[in-house]
Amino acid sequence: MSAPAAHRNASPTVAKHAARGSAVWRWRGLSLAWRPRRAAVVLALMATTALVAAVAMTVGTFHVALADVLAILAGRGEGGVAERIVMNIRLPRVLAGVFAGAALGASGAVFQSVSRNALGSPDVIGFTTGAATGAISQIVLFGGGPNQVAVAAVIGGVLTAAVVYLLALRGGMVGGYRLLLTGIGVGAILGALNGLLLVRGALDDAVNANLWLAGSLNARKWTHVYPVMLGTLALVPLLALGARRLSLMEMGDDLARQLGVAVERTRLLSVFGAVLLAALATAATGPIAFVALAAPQLVVRLGGRSDLPVIGAAAMGACLLVVADLVTQLAPLGANLPIGRMTGVIGGVYLIWLLTRGRNL
Amino acid sequence: MSELLAAREVTLAYDGATVARDVSVAVPAGRVTVIIGPNACGKTTLLRALARLLAPKSGNVVLDGKDIRRYGTKEVARRLGLLPQAMTAPFGITVADLVARGRFPHQELFRQWSPADEEAVQAAMRLTRVTALAEREVDELSGGQRQRVWLAMVLAQQTPLMLLDEPTTYLDIAHQLDVLELCRKLNREEGRTLVMVLHDLNQAARYADHLVVMKDGAVVAEGAPADVLTVELLARTFALEARIATDPVSSTPMVIPVASLERHD
Repeated sequence: MSAPAAHRNASPTVAKHAARGSAVWRWRGLSLAWRPRRAAVVLALMATTALVAAVAMTVGTFHVALADVLAILAGRGEGGVAERIVMNIRLPRVLAGVFAGAALGASGAVFQSVSRNALGSPDVIGFTTGAATGAISQIVLFGGGPNQVAVAAVIGGVLTAAVVYLLALRGGMVGGYRLLLTGIGVGAILGALNGLLLVRGALDDAVNANLWLAGSLNARKWTHVYPVMLGTLALVPLLALGARRLSLMEMGDDLARQLGVAVERTRLLSVFGAVLLAALATAATGPIAFVALAAPQLVVRLGGRSDLPVIGAAAMGACLLVVADLVTQLAPLGANLPIGRMTGVIGGVYLIWLLTRGRNL
Repeated sequence: MSELLAAREVTLAYDGATVARDVSVAVPAGRVTVIIGPNACGKTTLLRALARLLAPKSGNVVLDGKDIRRYGTKEVARRLGLLPQAMTAPFGITVADLVARGRFPHQELFRQWSPADEEAVQAAMRLTRVTALAEREVDELSGGQRQRVWLAMVLAQQTPLMLLDEPTTYLDIAHQLDVLELCRKLNREEGRTLVMVLHDLNQAARYADHLVVMKDGAVVAEGAPADVLTVELLARTFALEARIATDPVSSTPMVIPVASLERHD
């Protein structure tokens, strides 16, 4: 005599999902639905990121062999110059890139969903510009050090978001297009203000501010890494939990609300999390274009469309930034090109391509 | 006749502009209720209020004997489903994925796809005859197919009460009938209570058990179509001179328009 029901529930089972491309695991009363293809894309992106990051740590005026880099990271280094360079210079640089990229990717995914528009990314709708305003003000007006600049960037980004949100608010609701257009308008004003601050400031400060504005992973220290790392590790999973709700909201507020989504609360919390991520990334590296815009779009093309891919976009963002960093370091351009300029060029081309295709804007 | 859902003297407004004042309406359980009225009479607004998408300025909406605001938002979504007039199918989404989204109110963080979810989605696709389209992208479908897919999504929600805002708009006449027959089937065979906003008076008369007529944000008549639809009412609410005959197919009142009574200056 067997007890089939009890037996069936004893270990996780694989079940059918109405939508092809989704897999289900069941265990007792619990179930998880997931998409194998998307999971594979995320894993592949993470592996690529790790590989490229390791290679990037061998590059520089002082060459360190890949085997030595791995040994040092595993805590089996032999001390000396190589270990100091990897642990104090190259690892912070790479990690700043990984987490800033992940933060930008996830942030872009959320903004594109909320604004229902592929152009709705934090660098387009002025939040990155606002973070830059905060940072430049700190550099030019108060002459603050890197930490104060980072804090000012976060404050600038969050304040800009608050202003845009309030301006876009009408009758307790924020429409997608209104958010986008308001953001572009506010961003334009802040861009002009940034220019004004540069002109007004003392020459040295203006040069510093300009360097910061170029967006760079050069000379990143652990103090640059920690805020964006902790912020990303905390906020990306939280945003991923809200992704299902955001996906439902893409069908229209009324439809999402009738399905039981608290639409305005979800939107406010997600936007707040995404703004914080964009601001933390900008604080760590300066403004880096293109990643927030492209990462969500690219990961959707690889992993298929269904729910909003917050984690996928984060993985793609990290991968893009690390690859871009390696390319800028290896490119025979002589000067050490800031990565923000590099992504700006690629981003411009990508944007034009997106606009000419035009179907899903 | 018990009522499942009712508005009690609700005043409804958008941004301070009052659309309906002191409206009371009751939705009888197990019946098809149809709301009709000329453009901008507040039909959609009333439907949104009944589905708690619009909070009344005064008065309240009662669901199963309790103020609808006292339920959790997912709890309401398990009792009442609404198909709005305007919705956007996310770019590239498949039919099965879209229908599966109707299960959201039944799901939790670690109960993402129960056997009940699977059954509900399959049953909803079967009833609306979209099973064969399950893997297709919604953007590729015809208008009639797409409307059936949206209906399937709300069906998968498995609510005893369904509110449909003009489910036949943009469809040609055969597809309109198709959707309305499906709605009747949901009511007769599945025992679901339906509330529909419809534009076509004859369709309303044919498919309604209970007809609600609105004008200028107020309910002007309510009852069985045969009792409600009179020459006098049509003149008063629709500014329409009409005769009323008997529909040879369904034996319900049939409105034959004669002339508009509206003065066009």
